[in-house]
Amino acid sequence: MWWVLLSGSAAIFLLVITLLLFAFRRDASDTPAAEARHERVWIWGLGFGFSIMVLAGLTVYGVLMGERLLPRPGPDVVTVRAEGAQWVWRFSYADAPGRATEHILHIPAGRPVDVEITSTDVIHSFWVPRLAGKLDAIPGHVNVLRIEAEMPGDYAGVSAEFSGVGYTGHRFIVRAHNEADWGAFLRGEVR
Amino acid sequence: MNALRRHRALERIWSSRPGWRGKLTTVNNNDIGLMFLIAATAFFVIGGILAMLIRAQLATPRSVFMGPDTYNQVFTMHGTIMMFLFAIPLFEGLTIYLLPKMLGTRDLAFPRLSAFGFWCYVFGGSLLIFALLAGIAPDSGWFLYPPLSSTLGSPGINPDFWLLGITFVEISAISAAVEIVVTVLLYRAPGMSLDKLPIFAWYMLIVAVMILTAFPPLILGSILLELERAFGMPFFQTESGGDSLLWQHLFWLFGHPEVYIIFLPAAGVVSTILPVMARTKLLGYGWIVAAAAFLGVLSFGLWVHHMYTTGIPHMGLAFFSAASTLVALPTGIQIFAWIGTIWKGRPEMHLPMLWIVAFFATFVIGGLTGVMVAMVPFDWQTHDTYFIVAHLHYVLIGGFVFPMLAALYYWLPHFTGRKRYFKLGETAFWLIVVGFHGTFLLLHWAGLLGMRRRINSIEASSGWEFVNLVASIGGFVMAIGFTLVLIDVTVNATVAVRGRRNPWGAGTLEWAIPAPSPSYNFASIPEVRSRYPLHDDSDLPLRIARGEGYLGTPPDSGLRQSLVVEVASGRPNHLVILPANSALPVVMALATGCFFVGMLIKTYWLVPLSALGVAALAVWWAWSLGSRADHGLQDVGRGLALPLACHAAEPTGWWGSLFLLLADGVLFGSLLFGYAFLWTVAPNWPPPSYLQPGLLGPASALGGALLTLGGSRVADQALRRGRRPWLGFALGFAGLAAIGAAASTVLAGTTYDAHAYDATLWVLAGYVLLHAAIAGLMLGFLALRVRAGYISARRIGEVRVARLWSDYAVAVALVGLGAVWLPGVLE
Repeated sequence: MWWVLLSGSAAIFLLVITLLLFAFRRDASDTPAAEARHERVWIWGLGFGFSIMVLAGLTVYGVLMGERLLPRPGPDVVTVRAEGAQWVWRFSYADAPGRATEHILHIPAGRPVDVEITSTDVIHSFWVPRLAGKLDAIPGHVNVLRIEAEMPGDYAGVSAEFSGVGYTGHRFIVRAHNEADWGAFLRGEVR
Repeated sequence: MNALRRHRALERIWSSRPGWRGKLTTVNNNDIGLMFLIAATAFFVIGGILAMLIRAQLATPRSVFMGPDTYNQVFTMHGTIMMFLFAIPLFEGLTIYLLPKMLGTRDLAFPRLSAFGFWCYVFGGSLLIFALLAGIAPDSGWFLYPPLSSTLGSPGINPDFWLLGITFVEISAISAAVEIVVTVLLYRAPGMSLDKLPIFAWYMLIVAVMILTAFPPLILGSILLELERAFGMPFFQTESGGDSLLWQHLFWLFGHPEVYIIFLPAAGVVSTILPVMARTKLLGYGWIVAAAAFLGVLSFGLWVHHMYTTGIPHMGLAFFSAASTLVALPTGIQIFAWIGTIWKGRPEMHLPMLWIVAFFATFVIGGLTGVMVAMVPFDWQTHDTYFIVAHLHYVLIGGFVFPMLAALYYWLPHFTGRKRYFKLGETAFWLIVVGFHGTFLLLHWAGLLGMRRRINSIEASSGWEFVNLVASIGGFVMAIGFTLVLIDVTVNATVAVRGRRNPWGAGTLEWAIPAPSPSYNFASIPEVRSRYPLHDDSDLPLRIARGEGYLGTPPDSGLRQSLVVEVASGRPNHLVILPANSALPVVMALATGCFFVGMLIKTYWLVPLSALGVAALAVWWAWSLGSRADHGLQDVGRGLALPLACHAAEPTGWWGSLFLLLADGVLFGSLLFGYAFLWTVAPNWPPPSYLQPGLLGPASALGGALLTLGGSRVADQALRRGRRPWLGFALGFAGLAAIGAAASTVLAGTTYDAHAYDATLWVLAGYVLLHAAIAGLMLGFLALRVRAGYISARRIGEVRVARLWSDYAVAVALVGLGAVWLPGVLE
């Protein structure tokens, strides 16, 4: 998505700057007859036509991309819960009632995981850049974020909503396990 | 009378007193405008120093320059100062100074109001600077999200400085907005119909209406959060039925239009300067006005794009995403119209034009990254990172500061009457532009690499060190550039040689008066026939000075005379007498300040006392206007005779009230929105029990409404026919008392801190009570004015003003109390 946006933007920027530079050429066309032509070209052609075309295309593209990222129900979805607090993250697991961890969220690799995000004090935000976008942890609300780690391993996570003096160090780790280790974790054999 | 004697006579009438007392008592737009500009520049310097502290902290990894506690105050105050104490007051100051000159009038509609606004701004801003120096400044980010900013996250006094100080400052924004709207609509040179308005005036009219509709949600949010912090009314506390998301909605309902409130004055400046620099006329005047108005309307529909990550359903996000990209359309139209203007003209590269080119290059990048973050999936990654920090600085510095620097160098000859000699400005230009892009261009990349905003240190191995070091160096280069600008302006204002009038050959009226501007602006008010009066008639400055326009004879009475025109056509309507120098504005601002300080240091006896003081001063203020005798037509010159403004059916005070009530109505609407939001969205609803309306309360409210409506009309009719109005006044008072009694039953039936429901009911009932009290005060004032002989069948304007306020009180009583009782009825 980034490369589409960047190249599109660069093209538009260059177009505007080129038009601006060419505007400084020395042959003026400031007659009443030219006025109508200028309005047609600049206001209708570029102002309306060009802007609407770019924006409409972009919006549709963005909405479709967003739809693809939404959590859909599926048979093998794992549900975990993440509770933000000043300045710690606490995690619990639907598949292992009573099991709770701090700082490290354990998930199975290769399976979709729904993270139910909430907060016990101020607003935080759950963000694991390599797995998904961010979603806020808001007291009294539960927001669900779909993540999926393709490979086992550790993924760095941070809180991304300013929360006071401990904000900079408000981090956590998402640990994705392979099938066997995930089973062991659920049975309480991995701490 | 020759031009010099006319000048001396008018100066005696319009100028402020000499010395520092003159500054305290002045109400003249020339003084107030300059004072606003100087104060805003001072706050810009403070905010800039804070920015340098931030860049010093982030220049190297693991910096121990500031601890998190200090750092949090520094970045919070940097944002707060730049948004509320620099950007808005700066364009207000520019407008207060320039608008009357562009419109061809002698002063703004409510000179004392602009002085009052200025003192509120300076006092409120000083509260925040005091907090900064004392180390107890707000530290929860400039958008102050609760619960972090509420008692849970910040038990100290820090956020109170923000909530009370900024609300105090916002009084100045609201008063300036009312001032600007009424001035543009009524105070213009004869013949200046709406289609001949200078383009800057159109922009400011739109901006002023936006201020009146965008600031009230924030003012309401600040009031609610302060009530929660001071008295435990749980609007934002989940466990008692509140919701912290309510704050985010109210804040961004203000916050997004705010971005355009800051951008549009800059766009107005570009639309004014660009055609002059290109030696032509603006392309597509009508389209630009339409685009700006469309932008203003649209900007209210996209506040949610600051809240993509709060868990709002995706189709809702799709709507706001579409609205957010759509807002680029009117911006695009303006940009292409400007480029088309250069294209058809013969552009000359003076310093103001150089700044406009820098504006184009920078603002277009900021706009494009803005469209990027309007894409929901993209925003989910970049939200709250340095990508956003870079984007917003491109928009605000590129889209506001650069055009304001163009404005500075364009109008500097007008402000000082001198011409620049040293090339300091050009050097400063390159330092600032290169420094700016050096600071922020690479920070986009740091954001994409995952650097969160508001962190107080960076890790050595993060890969962001180089970018941040470059950004810090760029930041200091930019700071040197701004310092050079300040030196340049100081040198120019003090020692440069005299320049000629209108060095750019501009066509608008502000160049038709001497520079620096005399206190009265126009020695006589010209008749206008086109958008560029100076191009029609190059001798216009001479004719104005010779007194060939309207009001060319300074009156022996020493009164400040100006003209009021009909809104659309610009036909002269009335001769108006504007108030003279007075200490009332500064005293009233002090009394208002006592109200806020009382809240701040929890000395609650001071609060009602200062409210009474403000009310008493307001009565004094209004009492000094008007006339006790009927007057005939007055000669205004050029063979025209006009009635005095005190005979107007809809006096300027009525127009001012109308637009103030627009802001008040938006505040009330936001309150109802908050109530509905909590009811439908907040967890822990319904409350343990709903208030049952019973019969007495609703009956008293309905009866009161009828009595008030009837009473004010009976009094109005009686006065118009020259009869006694006392029956009408008595009915009105009885009605307002009944409304007050009905609202009081709500207070008696609920406990203010039990649940967000009860707390909301208290605010609604309090709002109704307050407006019944204001209407009652106005009715009482009117009764005294009738007795003192200020009202007659031909001097009926004040009755109209009072009726407007009492009708409003009735409307909010019916709607507000209806909303209060609705859940109990439905149950």
